Amino acid sequence: MGNILELHHLKKYYATQKAVDDISFSIQQGSIFGLLGPNGAGKTTLLRMITGIFFPDEGEIIFDGKRFDALNDVLKIGYMPEERGLYKKMKIGEQALYLAQLKGLSRSEAMEKIKFWFSRLEMQSWWNKKVEDLSKGMSQKLQFVTTVLHEPKLIILDEPFSGLDPLNANLIKDEIYGLAQRGSTIIFSTHRMEQVEEICDHIVLVNLGKKILDGSVGGIKQQFKENKFSIRLTETATQSSSPAFEVIDEKANTLTVKINEGYKSNDVLQFFIQQQNTIESFHEILPSLNEIFIQLVDGTRATARAFQQL
Amino acid sequence: MNKIFLVAKREFLTRVQKRTFLLTTIALPLLIFAFYALIIYFSVSGNGNLNIAVADNANLFQGKLDSKKADVSFELVKNETTKSLNDKLTAKKIDGFIEIPAGFNILGSDSLQLKSAKSIGIITREKIQTLFNDVIEEKRLLALNISKQKIDSLQKANLIKFATVEGKENSDKKAGISYGVGFFSGFLIYLILFIYGAMVMRGVMEEKVSRIAEVIVSSVKPFQLMMGKIVGIGAVGMIQFLIWIVLVFGLQLLLPLIFPDLMHTMHAQPIQPGAMQAAQAAQQSGAMSGLMNGLSQINFPLIIGCFIFYFLGGYLLYSSLFAAVGSAVNEDPQDAQSLMLPITMPIVFAIVIMTKAANDPTSSLAVFGSLFPLTSPIVMMARVAYGVPDGVTVIQLILSMAFLIIGFLATTWLAGKIYRTGILMYGKKPTWKEMWKWAFRKSA
Repeated sequence: MGNILELHHLKKYYATQKAVDDISFSIQQGSIFGLLGPNGAGKTTLLRMITGIFFPDEGEIIFDGKRFDALNDVLKIGYMPEERGLYKKMKIGEQALYLAQLKGLSRSEAMEKIKFWFSRLEMQSWWNKKVEDLSKGMSQKLQFVTTVLHEPKLIILDEPFSGLDPLNANLIKDEIYGLAQRGSTIIFSTHRMEQVEEICDHIVLVNLGKKILDGSVGGIKQQFKENKFSIRLTETATQSSSPAFEVIDEKANTLTVKINEGYKSNDVLQFFIQQQNTIESFHEILPSLNEIFIQLVDGTRATARAFQQL
Repeated sequence: MNKIFLVAKREFLTRVQKRTFLLTTIALPLLIFAFYALIIYFSVSGNGNLNIAVADNANLFQGKLDSKKADVSFELVKNETTKSLNDKLTAKKIDGFIEIPAGFNILGSDSLQLKSAKSIGIITREKIQTLFNDVIEEKRLLALNISKQKIDSLQKANLIKFATVEGKENSDKKAGISYGVGFFSGFLIYLILFIYGAMVMRGVMEEKVSRIAEVIVSSVKPFQLMMGKIVGIGAVGMIQFLIWIVLVFGLQLLLPLIFPDLMHTMHAQPIQPGAMQAAQAAQQSGAMSGLMNGLSQINFPLIIGCFIFYFLGGYLLYSSLFAAVGSAVNEDPQDAQSLMLPITMPIVFAIVIMTKAANDPTSSLAVFGSLFPLTSPIVMMARVAYGVPDGVTVIQLILSMAFLIIGFLATTWLAGKIYRTGILMYGKKPTWKEMWKWAFRKSA
């Protein structure tokens, strides 16, 4: 499958800062794409350019094989911004209808789709309620429905799980998978690294307006691996110094080792076997995205404080 | 275009379906009407009749005294002493009495005394006072041998008649009416600009505070959102005014049905004793016919046409500015206050010029005010009321309208630029300098 979206050297400068400074990447159709970055990295500006809210100062956006045309292409995009909300005094059914009509659906089409989604997410009884009567999680659900209602080719979700309990979060997560399977492309922007690891196929990390990482989740983990292994023995190791590795951590029968340059994992196993230790398990420790993240972003002007585990 | 319509439809429907809309549009005029009806009712019916005995020992009234006057019925009594009257008063046979002594000197400064059981209200006092004064004044004239006609001719007013170069007679009546109509319609536009401008601003603030702005602008251009809001609220305003006008006229027709007495009393009013009273009444009815005559000289189709044009033009011009302010402020309504100031200033300025223009429609200040698009919707109404060649020339009117159209295009363009940046900005209140930058930078 081709690329649904290609960004070529996008730039957007504000008076005080370079919000987006020469970013290029492409997103394959049907994939779930993670856009990561610390606060103020330029994610929102980037997303606003993709959704046609802002015009880039320089660069080009190719949407679905053609140059991005904000007026028509926004109808094929569903955007759930981080700063989101709904008309508090408006009835939920009418609100969904209004937003769907703004996305170019006719009244009857919109009605049909709303009924479908409302019954799917068990929201039928909400029709005549007002948003102010809903809990935060419920209004997030409604917000999600209004974003995907018109079956957009590209769905952009900025922190989609904020305010959702684990049950509803899983519900939405399943819908996201379902949408991707049916051919929609999803851009997923978040600070929650464990969610990115779980959901995304491909990620791009931006910091200070520049792209600093681009690749598949697995590939990036491989790229940042530090040759760390965890080995568990049946009894405490009698001896654990070897030129092949260094012990980083030792807890009861479990050792964390870092393999030195020029050695392989088999050398570690060989060492313990020679020591007459019985090995229960042996596996590589790949860095979490969170660690990669902090490693890359920490020390730059942006603080990593925003990425503390919630 | 379709999206502007969709947005406008929502803005219109959500407002019209609100209970407060029905309340302010229908209940408020009814309430005001009922209030006035009550006032009229009470002022007409008065609070019971006072029965006053008049012991006319000087034969001042020569046996004639209109007893049905001023909620007071007078009774001319004879052969009563102060004591017997006092007794009657305490026995509550009468509410009060006036004793005119036999040797009452009308040219002197003797005063009469009304003795009453209860204190008499100020309006009734005034009426009794006038009645007696008029009679005494007439007697004094007679005593000094001055006829009523002489006095009347002495006091004849309206020596100067005003006319313009065009040769049309410009009566005071017409000038007065023009002043009234001009001032009223100018003031009405002033109110409209404020009420509906503020409504637009609040609507924009609501969208920003509830964080829906970014959701909407991902499917609609910010300009479309702004225009939709302005058009929708404008339609609400039109409907509201239409209902008010229909209600006011409808209720006015109802008035005589509810108070059949009222008309009767009003007609009965001029029938008063004494030549002075009659003369006054005649003058009043003259004023009435003058008023009618003056109203008929006003070019109502022109005024109504201009009113609609300047209503729409002024609304479009200012509401976009209000929208821009609404987009710039955050949660704090006090920010709105300070940012609104530069917008409200020209409106208030316009009202000041308008009061001048209603007096002197061709002064240079009035001409300037009626051409400058920020003040023209209010000021021009005051000038148009004087008619086309008299108050304002055709060229000035056309120029003013053209400037207003250019003006509203300019403010909408400017406001649209500020709006599309402001609506997505959270955090601190922007300064005017920043907003200026938003408006004039190349792209958003």
